[in-house]
Amino acid sequence: MTNSPLLDISNLQVEFKLKNGVVRAVDNVSFQVDRGEFLAIVGESGCGKSVTALSIMKLLPKRVAEIKSDYVKFDGQDLTNFSETEMRKIRGCRMSMIFQEPMTSLNPVLTIGDQLTEPLITHLEMNAEEATKRAVELLNMVGIPEPQKRLSQYPHQFSGGMRQRVMIAIGLACEPDLIIADEPTTALDVTIQAQILELLKDICSRMGVAVIMITHNLGVVAAYADKVNVMYAARIVEKGKASEIFASPSHPYTIGLLRSVPRMDKKRGGRLATIDGLPPNLMAPPSGCRFQPRCPMSTDACSEVPFLSNRKGSSKHSVACFYSEDALKKGSSIYVSDKEIFEPINVKKQAPLLSVRSLKQHFGVSFRSGWLSSISGTVKAVDDVSFDVYPGETVGLVGESGCGKTSVGRAILHLNLPTGGQLEFNSKDLNESSIALVRQDMQVIFQDPFSSLNPRMTIGEILEEPLKVHNIVTETDARFERVGQLLTKVGLYAYMRDRYPHELSGGQRQRVGIARALCMEPKLIICDEPVSALDVSVQAQIINLLEDLQRELGIAYLFIAHDLAVVKHISHKVIVMYLGKIMEIGDGETIYQEPKHPYTKALLDAAPIPDPKIERNRKKIILKGELPSPLNPPRGCVFSSRCNLATDDCKEIIPKLINFSKDQSVACIKVEEVN
Amino acid sequence: MLAYTLRRILLVIPTLLAVAVLVFFVLRVVPGDIVEIKLAAEGGIISAEEIQKEKERLGLDDPIMVQFYKYMIGLPRGDLGISLWTENNVTDEIVSRIGLSLELAILSTIMAIIIAFPLGTISALYRGSFIDYVIRIITIGGIAVPSFWFGMLLIMLILATFGNLPPLGTVSIFDDPKTNLYQMIWPALSVGYRYSSVVARMLRSSILEVLSEDYIRTARAKGVFERIVIVKHGMRNALLPTVTVIGLEFAFLLGGLVVTESVFNLNGIGKLFVDSVVRNDMNLLQGLVLTVATGFVLVNLIIDLLYAALDPRIRYQK
Repeated sequence: MTNSPLLDISNLQVEFKLKNGVVRAVDNVSFQVDRGEFLAIVGESGCGKSVTALSIMKLLPKRVAEIKSDYVKFDGQDLTNFSETEMRKIRGCRMSMIFQEPMTSLNPVLTIGDQLTEPLITHLEMNAEEATKRAVELLNMVGIPEPQKRLSQYPHQFSGGMRQRVMIAIGLACEPDLIIADEPTTALDVTIQAQILELLKDICSRMGVAVIMITHNLGVVAAYADKVNVMYAARIVEKGKASEIFASPSHPYTIGLLRSVPRMDKKRGGRLATIDGLPPNLMAPPSGCRFQPRCPMSTDACSEVPFLSNRKGSSKHSVACFYSEDALKKGSSIYVSDKEIFEPINVKKQAPLLSVRSLKQHFGVSFRSGWLSSISGTVKAVDDVSFDVYPGETVGLVGESGCGKTSVGRAILHLNLPTGGQLEFNSKDLNESSIALVRQDMQVIFQDPFSSLNPRMTIGEILEEPLKVHNIVTETDARFERVGQLLTKVGLYAYMRDRYPHELSGGQRQRVGIARALCMEPKLIICDEPVSALDVSVQAQIINLLEDLQRELGIAYLFIAHDLAVVKHISHKVIVMYLGKIMEIGDGETIYQEPKHPYTKALLDAAPIPDPKIERNRKKIILKGELPSPLNPPRGCVFSSRCNLATDDCKEIIPKLINFSKDQSVACIKVEEVN
Repeated sequence: MLAYTLRRILLVIPTLLAVAVLVFFVLRVVPGDIVEIKLAAEGGIISAEEIQKEKERLGLDDPIMVQFYKYMIGLPRGDLGISLWTENNVTDEIVSRIGLSLELAILSTIMAIIIAFPLGTISALYRGSFIDYVIRIITIGGIAVPSFWFGMLLIMLILATFGNLPPLGTVSIFDDPKTNLYQMIWPALSVGYRYSSVVARMLRSSILEVLSEDYIRTARAKGVFERIVIVKHGMRNALLPTVTVIGLEFAFLLGGLVVTESVFNLNGIGKLFVDSVVRNDMNLLQGLVLTVATGFVLVNLIIDLLYAALDPRIRYQK
């Protein structure tokens, strides 16, 4: 029976019984996975993709979750009526799972070796000695140096990327037939993500392990998946081969999803397609097609439930939409009918609004190293960073976590006092005493829309406060009026002023964050990862909003983010940082087209492009290793320890930023040689 | 681990020194004069002269820094001075009673652990079930019911069942363990009920918290036996906050259980404490406070070391 699928699911349903009702988190889901196949399940948060995965493993809490299905066949056996004991024998042995959060998925009080040998001892009945031997092999396989020594260490002694490697080793320990990876790299940096995914793909294809990867990142899907299931509001709306889905997306939701992601490989300009509204509440989903309330093509017919049916001429590609052929033909135009010709704003380069000169932010740290002795050192979070922001310009700041990009923002705002350098805002020198005067003109939007709004204040009170404090609008009525205007401006409704933050969705909260920044009519807004906590369709809405506001009000943005495609989309100028230093700075288009610094190149290579045709033909340099400790950065060029071009010179000479061309400066001594 | 242990042990010294200094001066600020109380208790009219003479005899008219000097000099030798009331050696007074209080504290802790662990675990594993509700009612009772009242109920229960009470006048556990245990088990039970309730509730909530952690899901996804998931992966993590509660409660018991001691007619630290406060016996009081503080500090030290043993993140802390 080798040609029957490894996993065959028919009509899977998962219901959660909650206090205030029943939520059907997975509804009528059927799909198959062949041996050695790589299936991706994509969708936004809450669409039921993780629940699908957990219900295959039967890992959902039995008290609240009820799983029903016609059958869930794994290697010919129907798992539906398997007892807990029978399931236990399959879990971790023939089918294993890798979870999203490497930081919390390993038990902090048990050694890595203990956790890694556990499935070997349980399922393969190895003795301790054999299991340890095998564990060393496994750690070797997933690329962890000095495995023997590492076995006796604890999870907190491993970095996030390393822990995820350990998770993969645990998953592969018993050579399973299927691995389910639930957002395995979402919490990791792009360069580490690339390492982990390459590793997973490589090992699985060598061992013939099938993979179900759950992700929201379309780039990852394009890079690795053979097949794709697109889920929306508990149902599969489209499924098929990855190549087909990306080449001819036929469900309006899939089209919207693909077009709302900023693309690194496309020229700048053009609004992102956005899907209006929010995914439905699964407690009371719309009848008929669940996408209908947000769908630009919906008609009366859509109040019937569309079932998945094969597209003409393809037995593998099926879509749940009555108008799929139409949708395919029209493509993304169904979303951008109201599109105005997007004129990139021309930035007047007369006097810079913000000028940063050799900014330094050093933190002194000390910690105990042994008995009564301590180590102290300096972390150079920002070291000698200079750039200008012109009025109406967006400057993107990218780099991996720990590169100092947030510290730059905080130093400019004087949330941390900079330890060196000059800052000028609007031709006024910025220092401790003058910062209060310009705070009005310099606002900030934070990353986490959940924790950056006071939960005990209404939206109205939150927005009113700065108006009151700065005496901008003194009369109560006028303030009321103004708050209403602000809410409308950011795409909310005036009546929402009486709501509390917890009554709003993540996207709406981020809009409130933007409104709060706007209410001072600032000249510059520092956006610290403003969209990284949001789903793609909502992310596109917020990015469009920011761009519209810039066009209308001429605000300048310092846009701090780790998502390269988002930065590319929104920025005029891009700064690439590594370990507190600028590696490359210049015109966004130029840097993305012709990156000159080896780090920029590696960073761009690591970020997958959501198009399998392009993505799979890219020549990539996968960056090795991880960010060195900022306490002990490499001498010379800080990137030299990971650079594949580094020579002895690079380890001695600290490279200066040199103008490579008019629009591009690079800090690399070998830039002439290499390019 | 060794460095951590040594550092923790060394930290005990300055802590205790600070306590010693603080206790001395705070007690000297408290108004009231033992000499007057003492002489008044003997009856008759007290002249200022007599008071002065008595003060001189007890060394109470020395300048405060001289008194402090004598007190600090005595400390390393375990010399806490004499009780101003009985004029016995303070150290002897305390040593003769501490054993009983210590035994009661230890017995109660053992009792609490024996009761709390199964209750807390079962309650957590069967959350929301009938048995969980029963256990939660029992434990909320333990917190709500004053332990002396529970002690009185116990005495009545003993009377009703055995028709007599354990003999008065405690015997040492080393001389006659059987009688001693028969005497001590009842007060230990009366204190242990409350103690176990606190611990069981803590254990229940920390097990519940731990069981919803990601690493428990990981362990289940590995196909590990559910028993191992609970015991090996769950319990060890759930023990951390529970150990703290056990330690704090134990230290609290060292301070003496005034009412329980009097209900069961035990001559422990608690009674001595009350007497010394009523009589304004500063020397005895500072000796007692110092003893209890030392107990607290030592128990905390043990908790810290246990923590390090249970949690590698603390052990390897730089």
